[in-house]
Amino acid sequence: MTKFKRNKEEIITAYIIILPWLLGLSIFIVGPIISSLMFSFMDYSIVLPPKFIGLGNYKRMFLNDPLFWKSLYNTLYMTVIGVPLNIVLALSVALLLNQKLKGEALFRTIFYLPSVVPQVAISLLWMWILNPQVGLINYLLSLFGIKGPMWLASEQWAKPAFIIMGLWGIGGNMVIFLAGLQNVPQHLYDAAIVDGANIWQRFRYVTFPMLSPTIFFLLVMGIIGTLQIFTQAYIMTAGGPMDATLFYVYHLFNKAFRDFHMGYASAMAWFLFIIIFIATIINLKLAPKWVYYESE
Amino acid sequence: MNTKRIFLRIIAYILVIIGGISFIIPFIWTVSTAFKPDEQIFLFPPKWIPEPPTIKHFKEVFEFIPFGLLYKNTVLLALLNIAGTLFSCPLAAYAFAKLKWPGRDMLFIITLATMMLPPQVTMIPQFLIFRRLGWLNTMLPLWMPSFFGNAFNIFLLRQFFLTLPKELDDAARMDGCSFFDIFWRINLPLIIPAITAVTIFTFMGTWNNFIGPLIYVRSYNAMPLSLGLRMFQEAYSAEWGALMAASLMMILPVIIVFFFLQKYFVQGISLTGLKG
Repeated sequence: MTKFKRNKEEIITAYIIILPWLLGLSIFIVGPIISSLMFSFMDYSIVLPPKFIGLGNYKRMFLNDPLFWKSLYNTLYMTVIGVPLNIVLALSVALLLNQKLKGEALFRTIFYLPSVVPQVAISLLWMWILNPQVGLINYLLSLFGIKGPMWLASEQWAKPAFIIMGLWGIGGNMVIFLAGLQNVPQHLYDAAIVDGANIWQRFRYVTFPMLSPTIFFLLVMGIIGTLQIFTQAYIMTAGGPMDATLFYVYHLFNKAFRDFHMGYASAMAWFLFIIIFIATIINLKLAPKWVYYESE
Repeated sequence: MNTKRIFLRIIAYILVIIGGISFIIPFIWTVSTAFKPDEQIFLFPPKWIPEPPTIKHFKEVFEFIPFGLLYKNTVLLALLNIAGTLFSCPLAAYAFAKLKWPGRDMLFIITLATMMLPPQVTMIPQFLIFRRLGWLNTMLPLWMPSFFGNAFNIFLLRQFFLTLPKELDDAARMDGCSFFDIFWRINLPLIIPAITAVTIFTFMGTWNNFIGPLIYVRSYNAMPLSLGLRMFQEAYSAEWGALMAASLMMILPVIIVFFFLQKYFVQGISLTGLKG
């Protein structure tokens, strides 16, 4: 009897306190997922009622929208080049800071600080830093006798400019690597030194395998994040020049909130999900080749 | 051997110092521009120290746009989102972690599954819902959902509740505590570091949110700083002094919060990184 009463009280309490999330999940997540899937098969411009057009949106996306391919290319460019660079730099800085240098706390703060700056502010700062005539970067280049490019105004240099800007934000990854480095047992290094391993060998056979799950996690998260890049491009280049920085989500945003092609934009959103899904599956498949898990 | 070690340490110091300078220099450049008289802003090669420093650009920001109003809106939004998140997420996380009820595991799996969907999938229907409710151009779409929870926060807090020993709860049950009391008096105080991390994430997320305001808000009355700064830049794209001053004022609270709560920032980030 008491057991039953206890369970009943537990269940009632649970349903009461889960209620907000149950509502939130249904209204803001699951409901929209279902309707967005339906919209992706419809022609829907808000003013007129939605009309079922089968695979029409997807066909148009693949066959009749050059900007779709352009934006996909731009986004993959950022992902393939930007994400690995970001991880390599974050790891290098973390390894340096882990050498028990004097002033380590100060340097850690300096490297981390940019990653707390809001994206809009970062964008404005870097528009000024990247100014071709009087900006900081081209001034620093001019000290070495190099005439800097037009950066955001150049079809060729706009994406690299975004990648460089992104490197300013490695702080979050660096902190995660530093935490990971704390967990590498010292006795492994001691053993490696006894065996005569040099710095590179210690990194290659101790640090790297021990950190590989962290690298894997940051790689997956970095790819997912970069595939959704939007704010910088919206503020700094408006997608230009010549659509060189029209990224996937930017194109989707234009379709939805500039042209009000809600059905088409929904189809794009679902295709983005498929891209993220495939990228994650590829990562998971490749993981056993280089990610080392202690428990195995 | 020893000389080699010293040599390597010197290289390490040089690299860290060069790196540190390149990371701090954009901030110095921004501060320098914000305090420069107009005629010194476009000098090439640039002048690093303004002569004399002026706060003219900071005043201009308030003349060009209703900066005080934007600031007030942003602070209000941050507080509402923090309140909403702290109301909804710890409770849901507790129900998932500590209570047994029919449907729990299925609901948890659905919660996890939705975390894998990019937000763009739900963005359009959410917009249509808020439009139908007549909430466009109000702040409601920017804070209301937080009172209904967020999958990531719930998941994070659940992991923390799971680490707490069950014996405490059982003992409290023996003493006649209700389940809510156990949550409120025993479990919640033990996960304060995680709650702090979630609070910081929510604050940062609100301060940072750009696409939300961009979709939902047109007029200054409901506009936060992120979109306000963008409007400012659109209208006064050559006023670099004032733009940098406005950016600095937007960054300042985040930096202050960071310096006071540095420990929790780092903890929170490492925990999400390692738990994931």
